[in-house]
Amino acid sequence: MTATDSALTRPRTLGRATVNVVVAISVLYTVLPVVWLLLAATKSRDALFSSSILSFRDFSLVRNVKDLFAMDGGLYGRWYGNSLLHAVLGAALGALISVACGYAFDKYHFRHKEKLFGLVLAAVMVPQTVLALPLYLIASETGVVNTFWSVFIPVLFNPFGVYLGRIFAQGYVPDEILEAARVDGAGELTTYVRVSLRMLGPGLVTVFLFQLTAIWNNFFLPMVMLSDQNLYPVSLGLYQWNSQASVSPEYYPVVIMGSLLAVLPLIVAFALLQRFWRSGLTAGAVK
Amino acid sequence: MTETGRVTTARTAPAQTAYVSRRTAQRAAKRRPGGAAGVLMTPFLILLTLVFLLPVGTAVWLSFFSDDHPGLGFGPARTVFVGLRSYSAVLTDPTFLSGLGTVGVYCLVYIPLMVIGSLALALLLDSGVVRLRAWAQLGLFLPHAVPGIIAALIWLYLYTPGISPVIEVLGKADITVDFLGLHTTLPSIVNIALWSNVGYNMVVFYAALQAVPREVLEASVVDGAGPVRTALQVKAPLVRSSIVMVAMFTLIWALQLFTEPMLLHQSSQMINTRFSPSMYIYDAAFSRNNYSLAAAASVILLVITIAVSYGVTRWTNRVDSAEENVR
Repeated sequence: MTATDSALTRPRTLGRATVNVVVAISVLYTVLPVVWLLLAATKSRDALFSSSILSFRDFSLVRNVKDLFAMDGGLYGRWYGNSLLHAVLGAALGALISVACGYAFDKYHFRHKEKLFGLVLAAVMVPQTVLALPLYLIASETGVVNTFWSVFIPVLFNPFGVYLGRIFAQGYVPDEILEAARVDGAGELTTYVRVSLRMLGPGLVTVFLFQLTAIWNNFFLPMVMLSDQNLYPVSLGLYQWNSQASVSPEYYPVVIMGSLLAVLPLIVAFALLQRFWRSGLTAGAVK
Repeated sequence: MTETGRVTTARTAPAQTAYVSRRTAQRAAKRRPGGAAGVLMTPFLILLTLVFLLPVGTAVWLSFFSDDHPGLGFGPARTVFVGLRSYSAVLTDPTFLSGLGTVGVYCLVYIPLMVIGSLALALLLDSGVVRLRAWAQLGLFLPHAVPGIIAALIWLYLYTPGISPVIEVLGKADITVDFLGLHTTLPSIVNIALWSNVGYNMVVFYAALQAVPREVLEASVVDGAGPVRTALQVKAPLVRSSIVMVAMFTLIWALQLFTEPMLLHQSSQMINTRFSPSMYIYDAAFSRNNYSLAAAASVILLVITIAVSYGVTRWTNRVDSAEENVR
């Protein structure tokens, strides 16, 4: 593709240089703030405010990590564990639920199917902030407010995953294969688990990644539901520490260090699962 | 097929249990495709009911009732029907209207910048002249791995004098900028959102551009179009569906603006607790404990979101069909 492209369109050297400069500046814009976070995490509190960002005279990366995990009785470690539990378990379970439903939308016919699908699409549009208060009240009524479940159950709901699941089922699982399985006398659910789910693998990973990112980002719902600091996810914990930093500046280095560590899991996930999500991204656009 | 008709009735929780037991009985008698559909869809439909339909219903219900007693305004015994009173209270509240105005301006600035910026980057990367293309893409995509609250934290520090190298460098050039001043807060928030999402949307556009048939591009070269004209008049129109999708999702996200201003509020006097409609809802519900007011504001935000999304869809569909008629 690249070779044919450059053969097709041969811009002048000046245009070529301009394009490269524009892209380079854009990359600096997106990358430098993360580099700043990395450099700032190596500085002690005094160096953070006084010295230039590029001087390594006061290198205290290791001390900052120790401080971070020792702060407030090791709260950060708990928050990190909570976030990992919410994100990994929630995304895995949520992806399975959504893709199964999307698959059923594609492979089976029933009355009011498209109306129900329309409702699912409408749910994609509904802002989280609109649902937060009623969810809080429902959680209070049922007594799950300020527990793990109050933030875990709502994040399983992923209507966009159903939409993607339907598209993936359409693209990856040929109807002929299901017909063949039926002729062989295999049950519908057995066929789903043994045959279709395997073919849906890449789609499932894509939905998983989307949801992992969303749950790791989740901030509003925990803020509404949780009052026990031990149950906080990283996002909410860092928010709270940052609010204390203006009064007690010893929080600045730990907030910066905590932010840096909180970025790592998604980078690892995206790097490991690259080849899956790249194909998945386009799926949403095809309709 | 009669079996499957019941899938739709399974939206309400009591019907759900009845449905499951009936379904098991039928499955014992004879296995049908419809039964499988029910099993595959039930977990999602339970979630749809529990964390979507029920809360939306609760919000609408709450918005029409008011509670004179403080505390939990949930349950008909203590509440009185007030009709549209909460709605008129929200819609005549200048703080809500100014929040709505803020988000309106935010959308008008942010969405065009985002769509044009990410599309332009994708077209540049697709032009085939960019060196180290894969690395450039990776760099642009990096902020997507940074959670929203942490993106806001990083930029808050980059906006803070004393910590920020940006302000230091500008200061050496005798430029003083208060990034969190009266006229700069909104651009500062737009910048955070742009930084977080431009790379992701670039990847969406880039992937769509990869699917453009080569013959079309060859034809455009034969017709004598240069690379810029090919990009703007051939490639860009061909990825219209992606543009609409990106604009739509950006819009839905922009309307619920919350995380960034909430964090900047900790450090800036310019951002009050009712800066955006979502912050207004949070403030009404959890600082003032006025559930009916918060519920009415929620329903209004919901209606605006659905109306705008519906409007965008209708408009693009009409443009699409108009184009097809021309062909």
